[in-house]
Amino acid sequence: MPKPSPVPDEISKPYWDACNEDRLVMQACKACGLLLYPPRAACDQCDSGEDDLEWREMSGRGRIHGYGVMYDCRVRALQGDQPFNIALVELEEDPEIMMYSHLPGTPVDQVPVGAAVQVEFEVTPTTGQKVPEWRVVG
Amino acid sequence: MTTGPTQTAPRSFYRSQEGLGVWEHRGKVAAVGIGHSPTSRRWDETPETSLGAWSIVALRNAMEDAGVSPDQVDGLVISPESLGEPWSPRPVPEDFANMFQLTDNPNDGLSQMSSEWVLKNMPELTNIQFTMYGPGCMSNAICVAAQAIGEGLTQTCLVLTARNNLSGRYGQYGAAAADTVTGGAQWTNTWGAVGPYYPAYWFNKYTEKYGGNHDMMAPFVVNSKRNGLLFPEGFFAQNRPEPLTVEDYLSARWIVKPVNLYDCDIPMCVTVAYLFTTAERAKDMKQKPVYILSHAESRPRYRGIEQTLDEVEESAASLGRRLYEGAGITASDLSFENMYDGYTLFHQIMLEGLRYRGVQPGEALDFYQTDISIEGPNPVSPSGGNAGSGRTRIWMHTDCIQQIQERAGARQVTAVKPEIGVSGGPHPRGGDFMVWGSTPG
Repeated sequence: MPKPSPVPDEISKPYWDACNEDRLVMQACKACGLLLYPPRAACDQCDSGEDDLEWREMSGRGRIHGYGVMYDCRVRALQGDQPFNIALVELEEDPEIMMYSHLPGTPVDQVPVGAAVQVEFEVTPTTGQKVPEWRVVG
Repeated sequence: MTTGPTQTAPRSFYRSQEGLGVWEHRGKVAAVGIGHSPTSRRWDETPETSLGAWSIVALRNAMEDAGVSPDQVDGLVISPESLGEPWSPRPVPEDFANMFQLTDNPNDGLSQMSSEWVLKNMPELTNIQFTMYGPGCMSNAICVAAQAIGEGLTQTCLVLTARNNLSGRYGQYGAAAADTVTGGAQWTNTWGAVGPYYPAYWFNKYTEKYGGNHDMMAPFVVNSKRNGLLFPEGFFAQNRPEPLTVEDYLSARWIVKPVNLYDCDIPMCVTVAYLFTTAERAKDMKQKPVYILSHAESRPRYRGIEQTLDEVEESAASLGRRLYEGAGITASDLSFENMYDGYTLFHQIMLEGLRYRGVQPGEALDFYQTDISIEGPNPVSPSGGNAGSGRTRIWMHTDCIQQIQERAGARQVTAVKPEIGVSGGPHPRGGDFMVWGSTPG
């Protein structure tokens, strides 16, 4: 499903660069171990600065936490595909980290909450930036 | 006259933790005047109905309502942003520029309000010594004004918030209209998780956790619309006085399922002002004083991209505890419930957070099936809220003041004595809330 293209900034560039290599990475605090998403300039938990933050590769596995079905979206680039699912996916490594997904392959409003999902990467048309998406597995 | 730029209120003005005890200024600040402008769906781009013009109307109405002359007012607190699209980069309309004194901000008086604009265009406010901004919405401005009066920074203070809505589909400008996304939007807009996505997700998790369904929201939304039509200052009462039926609600189109059209508030234009003063001065004023017993801020930190249902429920419960602690009251002291509703599908979380009438988490949908009308013993949202009167985040404040003054007209609660009310917003994941009382406590 065509999406608007995220434009990386100084903090998010390593994340989006990894997506372009079909890798899912998360920012992590070396001091306390907390994963951070969206990435930021300092750790939420211990306030460690950027020198103590690193990027860790994730398994790309997760679970569907919840969802809504978008019928009237403010984002113009997505309006041609309405209605569509927007799920929140919990990351296997830390279920408190959640990421949005359109759940490619899952029929609209038939979202299996709790189901296992696997990350894949989708090219956005405007810039070619890849973004993570999640597909139900098993 | 005050000099220098208006400052934003310091963090110390907001009560954001549990354990602070009774508010140090409990009962020492009172609302004594209310001023509303007319309402409209969208700005017609005439200077007479601009945000600035309607701000002057509201401010003058508030002073007149209180029986206070402009030279008696020494403070002005504004929540400067509107909720709608900024006017800039459009050029400032010539007729607007001819009618009003402008500031350096091209949005001022059009889609934003500054104290500088107000003071340039209301020369009768000759004695303003204190100005401050409470950014966000009226709830923030009320907290800031209450705290400022409590601390002796101003004695008689106008509080202002203005809302505009320009032509075109609401929210479909800027980042939402672009093919690329930057900043914080890169984590949300890429998937379209904007607008009422979060209450849709919360409501699905809510019914997954407790049972119930979207149809069970109908009595609340229909009741809110009914109350809104009894609010002569409101958008629907003035412009579209048609009642909403259960059938209308259940057949409405989805926006983000399970959020439907009537679960969303209609964007609109209005400006509202209040006049606050010290409890001492309030004794001699025209209207019965309504005392501020406390205020509290909800600004929780959460880990994920969105606050989870469990997190928002804890935020709401903590907010309730802080409001009661600050005001020195308990849930059983509430005469009615008036929490924020703009989106309706999170109102039940806030009602449960207050434990209004003993309602526990997961029980509100069943509670909505009972008598929640203004005539009953358990009034819910007698203001009608944003659902009943349009997108302002203001109606519940005006309603609390009017209910306690017993001048809510056809909306007046009748089976309970209106002594204590709570209002605020916009929602548990970020907002400010206050407790109003008929006596200083």
